[in-house]
Amino acid sequence: MEKSIKKYFPVFVLPTLVAFTLFFLIPFLLGIYLSFCNFTTITDAKFIGISNYLKIFQDATFFHALWYTALFTVVSVITINVFAFAVALLLTKGIRGTNLFRTVFFMPNLIGGIVLGYIWQLIINGILLHFDKTLTYSSSYGFWGLVILMNWQQIGYMMIIYIAGIQSIPGELLEAARMDGATNGQILKNVTLPMVMPSITICTFLTMTNSFKLFDQNLALTAGNPSNKSELLALNIFNTFYGRTGWEGVGQAKAVIFFLLVALIALVQLNITRRKEVQQ
Amino acid sequence: MKKGRKAKHAKLLTAVLSIISVIWIMPILIVLQNSFKKKTSISREPFQLASTIGSEGQNAFNRLLFTSRKSFVGLENYVNGIQKTGFFKAFADSLFITVFSVFLIILCTSMCGWYLSRVKNKITKTIYYFCVFSMIIPFQMVMFTLSKMADILHLGNPIGIIFVYLGFGAGLAVFMFCGFVKGIPLEIEEAAMIDGCNPLQTFFGVVLPILKPTCITVAILQTMWIWNDYLLPYLVLNIKKYKTIPIAIQYLKGGYGSIDMGAMMAMLVLAVIPIIVFYIACQKYIIEGVVAGAVKG
Repeated sequence: MEKSIKKYFPVFVLPTLVAFTLFFLIPFLLGIYLSFCNFTTITDAKFIGISNYLKIFQDATFFHALWYTALFTVVSVITINVFAFAVALLLTKGIRGTNLFRTVFFMPNLIGGIVLGYIWQLIINGILLHFDKTLTYSSSYGFWGLVILMNWQQIGYMMIIYIAGIQSIPGELLEAARMDGATNGQILKNVTLPMVMPSITICTFLTMTNSFKLFDQNLALTAGNPSNKSELLALNIFNTFYGRTGWEGVGQAKAVIFFLLVALIALVQLNITRRKEVQQ
Repeated sequence: MKKGRKAKHAKLLTAVLSIISVIWIMPILIVLQNSFKKKTSISREPFQLASTIGSEGQNAFNRLLFTSRKSFVGLENYVNGIQKTGFFKAFADSLFITVFSVFLIILCTSMCGWYLSRVKNKITKTIYYFCVFSMIIPFQMVMFTLSKMADILHLGNPIGIIFVYLGFGAGLAVFMFCGFVKGIPLEIEEAAMIDGCNPLQTFFGVVLPILKPTCITVAILQTMWIWNDYLLPYLVLNIKKYKTIPIAIQYLKGGYGSIDMGAMMAMLVLAVIPIIVFYIACQKYIIEGVVAGAVKG
């Protein structure tokens, strides 16, 4: 059978492969090459070695953005997962209205980042109005604004995954624990949590990469104001590219570092939590 | 005795969750009611309801609930916003791009995923690993080179961008199809082949119907991504001629210095309505798709 399928390579694989090569592979490899070049368009690229990377070290905004992004990622991963898990626990108790609650909590997830950013800009500015401040008064307002926004958007999504995880725990297991006289807290700690470890792996992975790569929400909510102090990494890279002429090479070098960081986080995180999963 | 307490407990929980649910949709309701208000009232009193006479000098309850001056403007903000952004054109462009990109991604990557799982050699393995690898690449890494590439190939229009989405969205989709094809027993396909089907007939007649749930999962995930995507179309499309909805909304800010809050509120409402309609219509598939997608991804 394999042989007869094999001849059909041009029909089955080629369309995807061509598009993938043109719009992912070549841009990716070219991107790495350009990070070592001075350029304004692709055709006038001149190889200049690692000086783009050296220039990053003189750019304080990059390190501020890196620190800001790291902090934002930690805070939002913890809050989103704790709240999502708590809501999932409540919604698996079989109380009245479970379906409606699930529907409502998930809904914000479908709204796009730009729209979300402007919705929350209105609300947070409205609250800060009573204190005669605005969102762009200080970067910590932008920070907590983004945390609230991300929580609103992502809790529903993660909740759905946790609910699926909790529901797949065999009933006998909980029954047995209860027979042995375990309290609710003990069941949660010793049965439920270890059994939903795969869901925790997925959810922390998703929230972490989502937060680290956040762009649209950041652009719409504060656009990096005041003076680039509420810029996350992705927005910092974008502004370096398109906001400062002559800095395209540095922007591309930042993007390469950004990519390496994302890859590193993904690998480390998957390795750590996979080890904690219960063997089944 | 214990049972009674438990029932009480459940009722209390329902009540608490109901309150949280109301708070949860509040942001959207606040935007909705602001979309009928005058610009100045939106920025000064965003939480007060639109009023036709103004609550100044009335009792405290009215002052808390309604704006102090006359603020109700009817559909003025909508008319204004639609004119400024060309909303209906943007909606049509968004719809066109999303529908055809998702269709093309499903068609091409399901075929590709099946082939990669059934034919095992170095080439197919390499392609598979590249697809997995591509999933973690942040868009900023390729944004400049990708947009230049699309520019050289003259793809800055709604038809061209479909192929860009196929290329950039292929990684996740191929990965998911590969995962699900592995679970299909080989015997079914062999039987079809022995009965004289060629691979194309086998795929469309036998494999694709089995893959239908996966197709829905992939379609949901890709739709959520493409419909809301801002940066890729912003960089690839010729935005003087074509705008998607997120671009049109961001344009309200970019093009006019300070934001016209009235038009902004109206556009936010118009942007959220199709999403809610889509959600209510396909809720079951969306939630199942998210679970299936997360387990595989």
